[in-house]
Amino acid sequence: MQDKDFIGKDIVSIRELSNEEIEHILQTAKKMVDIARGKRVVKPLEGKILGTAFFEPSTRTRLSFESAMLRLGGKCLGFSEATTTSVAKGETLADTVRMLASYSDVIVIRHKYEGAARLAAEFSDKPVINAGDGAGQHPTQTLLDLFTMKEKLGKLEDINVALIGDLKYGRTVHSLAHALAKFNANLYFVAPETLQMPDHIIGPLEEMGAKTQKFNALEEVIESCDVFYMTRIQRERFPDIQEYNKVAGIFRLDARMLERAKKHAIVMHPLPRVNEISPDVDATKHAMYFEQAFNGVPVRMALLLLLLGGEMDA
Amino acid sequence: MRELKITPIVKGTVIDHIPAGMGLKVLKVLGLDVQEIKYTVSLGIHVRSNKLGWKDILKIEERELKKSEVDKIALIAPGATISIIEKGEVKEKIKASLPKRAKGIMKCPNPNCISNTGEPVEHDFILVSEKPVKYRCKYCERMLEDVLKNII
Ligand SMILES: Nc1ncnc2c1ncn2[C@@H]1O[C@H](COP(=O)(O)OP(=O)(O)O)[C@@H](O)[C@H]1O
Ligand SMILES: [Zn+2]
Repeated sequence: MQDKDFIGKDIVSIRELSNEEIEHILQTAKKMVDIARGKRVVKPLEGKILGTAFFEPSTRTRLSFESAMLRLGGKCLGFSEATTTSVAKGETLADTVRMLASYSDVIVIRHKYEGAARLAAEFSDKPVINAGDGAGQHPTQTLLDLFTMKEKLGKLEDINVALIGDLKYGRTVHSLAHALAKFNANLYFVAPETLQMPDHIIGPLEEMGAKTQKFNALEEVIESCDVFYMTRIQRERFPDIQEYNKVAGIFRLDARMLERAKKHAIVMHPLPRVNEISPDVDATKHAMYFEQAFNGVPVRMALLLLLLGGEMDA
Repeated sequence: MRELKITPIVKGTVIDHIPAGMGLKVLKVLGLDVQEIKYTVSLGIHVRSNKLGWKDILKIEERELKKSEVDKIALIAPGATISIIEKGEVKEKIKASLPKRAKGIMKCPNPNCISNTGEPVEHDFILVSEKPVKYRCKYCERMLEDVLKNII
């Protein structure tokens, strides 16, 4: 696997990336960390333009993409709200994408419909990166999650990962579970019965060789996990507030529970969190969610650099 | 002499070994509008078959099938044999096999799929398993569960 193998590729779904490709992206991201922190200044993408098409609002993803492009010496243009564009006048996505592709060198898209990024890639002659399509894929989130695990645990193979919270509707955990299965991770699904990982997702994971197990309390996996991947349980998923409070209590992680966890265990969260992670976890060495959010920048830098064939001098 | 349940045709297409009961569905997807057509179509329902026990059989005079029609038949009636008849003889025989790509012949049932929003693209599916039949939408990546219900 070489850098040039990525030139012009689209990043639409984690499904299409081989383990080798994923590893290569993560290795490249590692080299980007110092630059992402502003400790080193480079310009491999000078003169290149990133076109951002955010039909759905986003703060973290959009800003980290823009930061990534700027840190590599490139520039950004685009929109962050569909109402201000010609889409509001009924233009098709296909036409909007053709236009944006002619003004830029790489496109990042977030859209409310599933498959929008795939369609965009068909109509764009420039590489397209999916930044979330409705309940569908969000591959750069998955990559930054993998990057965080790999950096902290040293490997992705055979690690014990607990996915906790809303596993039924959360697209983040579906993509992540798929990616981890590729690396033969052990997956623990920790969720209330009504929000458990759907069988149509588990089936393929097991076919890929992942070992999976379901749990209905966080307590049961505390001692065996390398990663606690927390997600938000939405209030709207429950008929009444009492039921919600009960469930939210069971799937909440605090510093005292973590005393029984493995020393090197890490706590992750795609953010924003509400109250599934107690603030007293923030001060423990297990807390990794802020660093995880930062990791979005080096991982996205790696993708931009690879897709555009940017050359690092040093 | 073997018995032809339906009168021989000189030129046209015979779709044989349709699983019993699916003949009408095949007729329907071929969009043969009896008000319009100028040729004879005969459908044998629940005909004796050595291979299948019972089968349906459809004969269409004067008409050849398009690739997309053969693909549709494969989806509805896997295992059907399609014979092209010329001068009263079987000129070519095709076994309807599941298409690897099903483009423009089934629609995605996911209302949030971009292929259902008026974009200038055709519905597009990729075959992931033959037994059981499973297709994945190229756009939203969801598995299509009910193939029959979603044929266009
Ligand atoms: N001239 C014809 N007119 C109508 N049907 C025909 C004609 N020739 C063959 N068929 C039908 O087309 C199908 C394929 O023909 P053939 O290859 O002879 O049979 P089989 O598949 O049973 O071995 C059969 O259902 C047969 O009855
Ligand atoms: Zn679809």
